[in-house]
Amino acid sequence: MTARSYRISIEVNGRVRESEIPARLTLVDWLREELHLTGTHVGCEHGICGACSVLLDGEPVRACLMFTVQADGHRVTTVEGLARQDGRPGELQDAFCEAHALQCGYCTPGMLIAAHALLGENPRPTEAEIREAIAGNLCRCTGYQQIVDAIEAAAATLAKRKVE
Amino acid sequence: MLHHYGDDARPIAGGQSLAPMMAMRLARPAWLVDIDGITGLKYIRVDGDRLRTGAGTRQRALERDALAGRSVPLLSAALQWVGHAQTRNRGTLGGSLAHADPSAELPLAACVLDAEIGVRSIRGRRRLRAGDLFTGPMTTALDADELIEEIAWPIWSDARAGSAFTEVSIRHGDFALVAAAAQVALDGEGRCLRASFGVGGADATPVVFPEIARTLTGSRLEDDAVAVAAASASTLLEPGEDLHASAAYRRHLSTVLVARAMREARDRARAQGAERVQ
Repeated sequence: MTARSYRISIEVNGRVRESEIPARLTLVDWLREELHLTGTHVGCEHGICGACSVLLDGEPVRACLMFTVQADGHRVTTVEGLARQDGRPGELQDAFCEAHALQCGYCTPGMLIAAHALLGENPRPTEAEIREAIAGNLCRCTGYQQIVDAIEAAAATLAKRKVE
Repeated sequence: MLHHYGDDARPIAGGQSLAPMMAMRLARPAWLVDIDGITGLKYIRVDGDRLRTGAGTRQRALERDALAGRSVPLLSAALQWVGHAQTRNRGTLGGSLAHADPSAELPLAACVLDAEIGVRSIRGRRRLRAGDLFTGPMTTALDADELIEEIAWPIWSDARAGSAFTEVSIRHGDFALVAAAAQVALDGEGRCLRASFGVGGADATPVVFPEIARTLTGSRLEDDAVAVAAASASTLLEPGEDLHASAAYRRHLSTVLVARAMREARDRARAQGAERVQ
């Protein structure tokens, strides 16, 4: 194995970040340890729990199953990128607070990413579609019901805002 | 590079199987050859009676492709069971086949449809039938320097064809304890013209049962006949045993799931020609 490092350039939350990294550095480790974007959590580290979910070119993926070099030239959005321009939480995040959709908060960034991707593609999902969308994200506290409620509430808020 | 480094190198595309294997230190390749940038491996197109898919095509891209859904509905049905949206967004068709997990959905779909696998190395190209690709759990007939290039899925153009995929797993999105897939074609009278079905997760590789399927030709695929076929298929399996399911339970699941998949496929085929028959 070689200690060679690779130059990469990745747009993270709207800002181009350049870095020189080893080939085997996972995307989640790079985001957390080099960019200090610690909102993305490391859970199982083998693609089961969904805590590390980020958007890659707008689509949800597992950041623990990607090497950072594979994201070179792509666009990554982390949970930090879901906030409004002024830094306040977005509608979806507000809905999670209001519906008590988190307890320990470990799964929350992944849930937010999965839900954000869902609402982007399908603004008025059914309950079954919501459950399908977050099926790849494990939560050990809430029993999921409040998370589903929060996503339904956020969908309603966003739809109302669009009408206005 | 694969030729040069042999078994020390592994190709990586979506990494949705290899990266977890590496995380768990089940795989420790000295060299990773990133093939994800090869855009020539990412395509979906219909070519006569075949749906041709590049090995680097993302599972999610195929799932969303309307043409693929129409021409090979079994494939779309199988993809619904493959991992989660987050993994399908990265995972590729070729990767899933080359990984050869005996309970994975795409290998089973490939065997049931008798897909043709195009393989390439610097030594040349060859084509394999899906059934010949899988030689054991996580083991294929590929040499260390060979890459899957294309998967060609036969299109059944019968007027009345139906397919179904079903499985039982511990949690949604997990690998199946047992999975079953079926595809049937009926004539105008509702008699079976041809059928194909198979089981994943209940043996070292996906298993298909062409002889048993042939005995159904000419029948109306009534529930009883389907149940008999499913039961005799299960006796041919040699299921493994683990923490999650005993061999006997896997055999039982095979019988139940094959029958279910066959009935669903039959009902879809019947529904297709319903207007014409009336």
